Amino acid sequence: MAAVVAFFKKLGANRYALPVLLAAGFVLSLVIPQFGLLNGYVQFVLIMIGINIILSASLNLVNGYMGEFSVGHAGFMSLGAYASSVLTVKLLPDLPDAFFFLPVIVGGLVAALAGFLLALLSFKTRGDYLAIITLAFLMIVKSALENIPYVGGPRGMLGIPKLTTMAWAFFWVVVTIWVLRNLLYSKFGRAIAAIREDEIAANSMGVRVREAKILAFSVSSFFAGVAGALFAHLLVFINPSSFDILKSTEMLVMVYLGGIGSLAGSIIGAVIYTLLSNWLQPLGTWRMVIMPLILVLLMLFRPKGIMGFRELPWFLPKREARRKDS
Amino acid sequence: MDYFAQQAINAIQQGSIYALIALGYSMVYGVLTMINFAHGDLFMVGAFACLLIASFFPLPFIVILILVMLATGFLGALLERLAYRPLRNAPRVSAIITALGCGLVIENVVLSLSPYAKPMPPLFTVTGYHIGGLSVSTLQLMIIGVSIALMVGLDFLIRRTSFGMAMRAISFDAKTVPLLGIPLNLIISVTFLIGAGLGGAAGMLYGQAYPVIAASMGILVGWKAFVAAVVGGIGSIRGAVLGGYILGTVEVMTVAFLPSTYRDLVAYSLLLVILIFKPYGLLGKAPNQKV
Repeated sequence: MAAVVAFFKKLGANRYALPVLLAAGFVLSLVIPQFGLLNGYVQFVLIMIGINIILSASLNLVNGYMGEFSVGHAGFMSLGAYASSVLTVKLLPDLPDAFFFLPVIVGGLVAALAGFLLALLSFKTRGDYLAIITLAFLMIVKSALENIPYVGGPRGMLGIPKLTTMAWAFFWVVVTIWVLRNLLYSKFGRAIAAIREDEIAANSMGVRVREAKILAFSVSSFFAGVAGALFAHLLVFINPSSFDILKSTEMLVMVYLGGIGSLAGSIIGAVIYTLLSNWLQPLGTWRMVIMPLILVLLMLFRPKGIMGFRELPWFLPKREARRKDS
Repeated sequence: MDYFAQQAINAIQQGSIYALIALGYSMVYGVLTMINFAHGDLFMVGAFACLLIASFFPLPFIVILILVMLATGFLGALLERLAYRPLRNAPRVSAIITALGCGLVIENVVLSLSPYAKPMPPLFTVTGYHIGGLSVSTLQLMIIGVSIALMVGLDFLIRRTSFGMAMRAISFDAKTVPLLGIPLNLIISVTFLIGAGLGGAAGMLYGQAYPVIAASMGILVGWKAFVAAVVGGIGSIRGAVLGGYILGTVEVMTVAFLPSTYRDLVAYSLLLVILIFKPYGLLGKAPNQKV
């Protein structure tokens, strides 16, 4: 164990390691599907890991770093999925594959708009009542989608083109982590840390609580929408019940398993969760007994998750990393 | 007009069940300021416990009701002892996550043991009465009567007994209460027992009214009852009852006068609107905020 930790410490301190790994990952994500190095199922799982990393990292911004409890993330995801699918199926059916970023960004923006509105509603309440507002939001989005025949109603949308490739998934994971990392170590990051510790005190010390909340919610829901768009174009079929409270719970499991307030934790949580849920597939419904049981035990014995409020050096800006050392 | 009055009876029936479940959420919130997300699944366990008992022992209705309430009550208290008590001083989010996890565990254990929806045997013969243009069944009267009796009993317990006084004291200030010689853990356990028992009773009544029960019913009805508790102001016992009846009325009337697929949309939009204007529910109080 100590040897592994030492290895990662050394790797993390090496300043060439990250660019090399990123480049290698990107090349691999292009090469693997091109030459069929891994079978289709493994590729599917890898892409799902990517999507789940985006989801858990973005949810961690609100739940982990800002300390609010949102359960509505599946709602943002569904908005992104539906908005992008409407674009690729109905409005722009002839879109070249290389322009796939366009519907993804539109999906993200639609979700971000919803996150912005939800942030406005969240000013009046805090704590548990915010959880309830996000829950209501999720249910409203779900039943609204069920009542719109244009997007297929409860039957869902069929015939979505399969555009999510490994390269796109990898690209969006890198974008998400990069944006969140830069955001979290800016003035804004300090503001949301202050909100987490004590909102009233932060407010009276001059932190612009409203601005920070709006930004956090919008950014977080933008990336949830991006993940939703990738998800829709991977499964080529979506219906409103793929984005119910269970999906939100799944994301919460990933965030709290990996660790709150940690980007590395979000990644670890998403990887472990996705792999476990695929390995345990043969167990059928007992899988859904074991997964939450793990979560409960984790909460009892390690309430902050595996990496709670700790970070690998790669996810820290240089200035920050130096301060940690001294 | 008859149609409306008929729907009003249905609304009272539906509202009674929601109110019973909402009470459990509110009681737990009162003593622990924690949302017990597993409560909806205790409601489902109540329905399955009733099915099990009724199919093995042909007992009278009232005995089965008591047994079901005891079984779910002890399950609720056990949950508190094993999962929530160790987390009492941990961050609040850990407790909420644990509750979500426990709910999922219970639901999926039941789902794995009974993957298909099961029919619920009727526990007494239902006869219908016709008064003017209205029809009321003994089943409806039974559901409404049992719920109201339980609610009145709970109100008496909380307002007139020393146990109720201890419970209210804990929800007022949990730090000082143990210093005054009140057994904090015992009171909290009993609160869970009663809250879960009421949820179990609601599950049993619900199973009689809609005689097909499934493991997923806890999610559907549980979240709705949670909305009811919030509409009334979570932590307030009378608010939970009020919220339950409001939600029951809204749902039944939506289904009666609009396409039935609008039910959730209307119910949750109502919740959002109420929380915008009354951020702490209709009868709830804003917590004291200190820095």
